Amino acid sequence: MSKLPEMVKITKITQENPYVKTFFLDTEIEAKPGQFVMLWLPEIDEKPFSISYIGKETGITVEEKGKFTKAMFGLKEGQKIGIRGPYGNGFTPKENSCIVAGGCGIAPLSTLAEKMNNSVLIMGTRTKDRLIFENRFPNANIVTDDGTVGKKGFTTDVLEEFLKKGNIKNVYTCGPEIMMKKVFEICEKHNIECQASLERFMKCGFGVCGQCEVGGVCVCKEGPVILSDKLRKMKDFGSHARLKSGKRVPISEYAKWRCV
Amino acid sequence: MNLETNLCGIKLKNPTILASGILGVSKSLLKNVIENGAGAVTIKSISYEPRDGHKNPTILEFDSGMINAVGYSNPGLHGALDEFTDLKDLNAPVFASVIGKEPEDFTKVIEGLGNLDFSAIEIPLSCPHTPGFGTLAGQDSPEKTLEITKAVVKAAKVPVFVKLSPNTKNIGEVAMAAEKGGASGITAVNTLGPGMIINIEAAKPVMGFKIGGLSGPAIKPIAVRCVYDVYGSVKIPIIGVGGITTGKDAIEMVMAGATAIGIGSGVNYRGNDVFTKICNEMKDWIEKNNYNSLEEIRGIVHE
Repeated sequence: MSKLPEMVKITKITQENPYVKTFFLDTEIEAKPGQFVMLWLPEIDEKPFSISYIGKETGITVEEKGKFTKAMFGLKEGQKIGIRGPYGNGFTPKENSCIVAGGCGIAPLSTLAEKMNNSVLIMGTRTKDRLIFENRFPNANIVTDDGTVGKKGFTTDVLEEFLKKGNIKNVYTCGPEIMMKKVFEICEKHNIECQASLERFMKCGFGVCGQCEVGGVCVCKEGPVILSDKLRKMKDFGSHARLKSGKRVPISEYAKWRCV
Repeated sequence: MNLETNLCGIKLKNPTILASGILGVSKSLLKNVIENGAGAVTIKSISYEPRDGHKNPTILEFDSGMINAVGYSNPGLHGALDEFTDLKDLNAPVFASVIGKEPEDFTKVIEGLGNLDFSAIEIPLSCPHTPGFGTLAGQDSPEKTLEITKAVVKAAKVPVFVKLSPNTKNIGEVAMAAEKGGASGITAVNTLGPGMIINIEAAKPVMGFKIGGLSGPAIKPIAVRCVYDVYGSVKIPIIGVGGITTGKDAIEMVMAGATAIGIGSGVNYRGNDVFTKICNEMKDWIEKNNYNSLEEIRGIVHE
């Protein structure tokens, strides 16, 4: 695929829930689960998005959050969008695994879950109407903060239960960073390897500008999937991230800024 | 065979230097680059106030190089003071890159950074894509270069390097102005251009700022010629930058007159360990070609 953005047609748009849409693009990208692309809206901006469907058409699942995603939500089937990639390392599939997804974090994990038949999948959201992909994964263990669907509670509680039963050797996670940090800590306690997909504000996407740095690692190139050995050394994991200026701020402040 | 280099009194274990704007946003990334063999590293440019820079796309790769218009995003002086503490912990000299619109903007930042362990200050008077700075503000003229360099040298406690534009009609003249202003070295060159890439399906320029500076292999012959011209014009040492990705490229720069070698886009082409690779390739080439040191070949094409 080109290193410069290529304009591709949106063949289909699926409304996953009131806040989330999947855009199917007329391009086949050879990607590993967990890799991402840069989407370009001419004259508006360019942002990284993980791939949620790999195949003849490439699917990108997007939550409406800030200016860019609002503009994306205005697009219609048949219109075009710019795309370059794939970028990043992606997940490494291993046997005896548990996948922990928080909210839209299921997007990069979905293609991994489809590849691994015997894995346990935990999908958590705040409430029922935030849930996505429940039909795609009918065997998922669903958990909501308020109990409106599935079990009431948190993904981390369900993870602990599965780990106590034994035979899980690997955990994959994506979602709010506070949740991923908790997942990582649980894995450490149980001596299990964790692969976490991190999110940071990005510019180049290929490891030269340094904008998405965490603990000396460019999330766009050496990540977005970071393994336990590196997570252990990352002081900023679950605590700090950089704004567009490069200013390092608490992760809660970063999360708020990302929705503008 | 060792590549130890003395750059205006700054001891480098080898002549490769991370160029400003690539990876230099944090101390931990500088550490990563040093562990990958860089003889010195330069931070991403700092202005007095924080700047968001241009919107994306800000950096892209094309067939024979890279284009960027980051627009000097940086956390400002106070962000830099938080980020770049205890630089002595790092195993190589760190250079600060400082930007401003007027001479006093530069000096405010330099005085603010005064207590940090930077080994040199670089002032890029040559950015081709940020209004108010560099070539878009005329900072690359000999007159402005002299004025800003003088003020910066007065404020700095460490050597000052002036980074020049390849777009100038007579780069030697600008280098002389920097030397006259008291600069300890010349960094040649900044990105070329600005250039533009149009996506013909969208019928729009691709870059968020429409235009951007070019780097990478596409500009190497221009960078080498600029270093050649500067070497013929001034006595102070030169950091040669522009499209260097291999040891042979670096040797070419040294033959044109460079004392040290800046590497930026090379990180994209060969990974963060491009520094180690280039050093090993330089050593191999020097030995195979019966030279003993870099001094022997420095500026050799001028003889």
